[in-house]
Amino acid sequence: MAGLTYEQALERFDPVFGIEVHVELNTATKMFCGCANQFGAEPNTQVCPVCLGLPGSMPVVNQKAVESAIRLGLSLGCSIRESSRFARKNYFYPDVSKNYQISQYDEPTCFEGSLDVVLDDGEVVTVGIERAHMEEDAGKNTHVGGTGGIQGASHSLVDYNRGGVPLVEIVTHPIEGTAERVAEVARAYVATIRDIVKALDISDGRMEQGSVRADVNLSLRPKAAAGEDQSAVPFGKRSETKNVNSLRAIERAIHHEVVRQAELLLAGQPVVQETRHWHEDTGSTTPGRSKEQAEDYRYFPEPDLLPVEPSREWVEELRGTLPEHPAKMRARLKDAWGFSDTDMRDAVNADALDLIAATVEAGAKPQAARKWWMGELARTANDRGVTLRDLPVTPADVAELQQLVDAGTINDKLARQALEGVLAGEGSPREVVASRGLEVVSDDSALEAAVDEALAAQPDVLAKIQDGKVQAAGAIVGAVMKATRGQADAGRVREIILARAGVEG
Amino acid sequence: MSSLERSDVARLAALARIDMSDGDLDRLSGQLAVIVDAVAKVAEVAGEDVPATSHPIPLSNIHRADVVRPSLAQEAALAGAPEAEDGRFRVPQILGEDA
Repeated sequence: MAGLTYEQALERFDPVFGIEVHVELNTATKMFCGCANQFGAEPNTQVCPVCLGLPGSMPVVNQKAVESAIRLGLSLGCSIRESSRFARKNYFYPDVSKNYQISQYDEPTCFEGSLDVVLDDGEVVTVGIERAHMEEDAGKNTHVGGTGGIQGASHSLVDYNRGGVPLVEIVTHPIEGTAERVAEVARAYVATIRDIVKALDISDGRMEQGSVRADVNLSLRPKAAAGEDQSAVPFGKRSETKNVNSLRAIERAIHHEVVRQAELLLAGQPVVQETRHWHEDTGSTTPGRSKEQAEDYRYFPEPDLLPVEPSREWVEELRGTLPEHPAKMRARLKDAWGFSDTDMRDAVNADALDLIAATVEAGAKPQAARKWWMGELARTANDRGVTLRDLPVTPADVAELQQLVDAGTINDKLARQALEGVLAGEGSPREVVASRGLEVVSDDSALEAAVDEALAAQPDVLAKIQDGKVQAAGAIVGAVMKATRGQADAGRVREIILARAGVEG
Repeated sequence: MSSLERSDVARLAALARIDMSDGDLDRLSGQLAVIVDAVAKVAEVAGEDVPATSHPIPLSNIHRADVVRPSLAQEAALAGAPEAEDGRFRVPQILGEDA
């Protein structure tokens, strides 16, 4: 049955999904050697005998990576294993020069947790976490020839700078019962993980740079008949869609897989248990290698690394360093700031919460802080193609700007000009106001002269105002603002005009 | 009865990317089976009071501080590579597998 919609598919089938999220840690060095862990260096300049897998080299565990993994595990409500070990995952592919990846298999450091995920309407879904384990990232292949993809390539080039970068892989238990909200829950789950790793400051959490990556497993099973227990229906065969690397792509990939699998099942064809690749451009998936052949990784304990046995004291000490859960922090701030659901969601999506918080901390009112960051500054960041935090303006600048507005030194229009100056590197808002001469003209004699001049130029206006058409004063206000290059206090100008006309304001 | 079948050896050879003739498989499945069976004998010796051991030396938590150390220069890193191009290791085309 072709042409099925997502909604129709979910009327017939019940989705079950699981997600594996890989988080790249922001340690200074790699997982098992002292090479720098930094994005964007020249190829193969952050490599050494250990991460190249040269004979005789020996890996040593990065203490900070273990600490980060444990803190993440604790944030996910996991238990921390008293003794965990590394394992070799054997496979042949040029992105690992050793022919194995060091990972954890039967004794992951963090296991059995749960995470509350808050959806946009406030509904909370609890996701079971099976494990969170440490491993190393692989190098980066570039396929040469053909269309740049693997098909038709004449050869491939490998850069091992990323090889050996510390990762934590978080694996969920199968998530059931989400029905028509499946894509939304998946997205919110990954967003929550991203928020947590950023709050922990263990990763920059930038999905667009691959520092948080997701693989999505999904299967469909028939909907239980009315009155019957859905969870008693066995799971269907699942597909695993690899490298779904944005929140939007997670929703789209789930939509695609739900429809694709439902169409197969309705046509009486089997869903094949396999790895599939996500294609951002077409919004679809295509099959990769089939599981049964490729997934024989022959794991065995890594003989070159000793077990990790974190003391209970250390684990409790790390528990004491955990930041407030992002969802709780949001609820608290939303309340304290008096933001609407939409205000809050927009600020979160723009990654502006901590900027707004710092601006409030610096003395601005929450709504004013929000207005600047989500308005003028968001537009500027968008125009420049950068993030808010990349703009050369600090929360303290924004707070100072708003103080100048509140004090009547500048009006909104002048404040935008002052902000332009700050963004152009001309100094703090106060300095820009002084150097550009942006202060509001509130000197009555200067304003009265400007009003008289404007009235003389439009002699009929005074009569209109006296006839009761008070709105006609707007033309004079406009003329005065123009004459003073926007620096007049518009309210005061209006009062002067009305006084000239002998009308009460 | 051997714990290792000829088909197991063929599968392991395929996973390890070793091209083996029928003669190799016949010969090696016999030899490998002897080794596997010998190792299995050790398992019989271990009683229930002997925990599984992956690391014979009683050490743990040997960690390193997160401090950057010098890496190899690019030329040095690539010096042992059969082929290099644009500062990268050049490898033959990868067919029948995913990226």
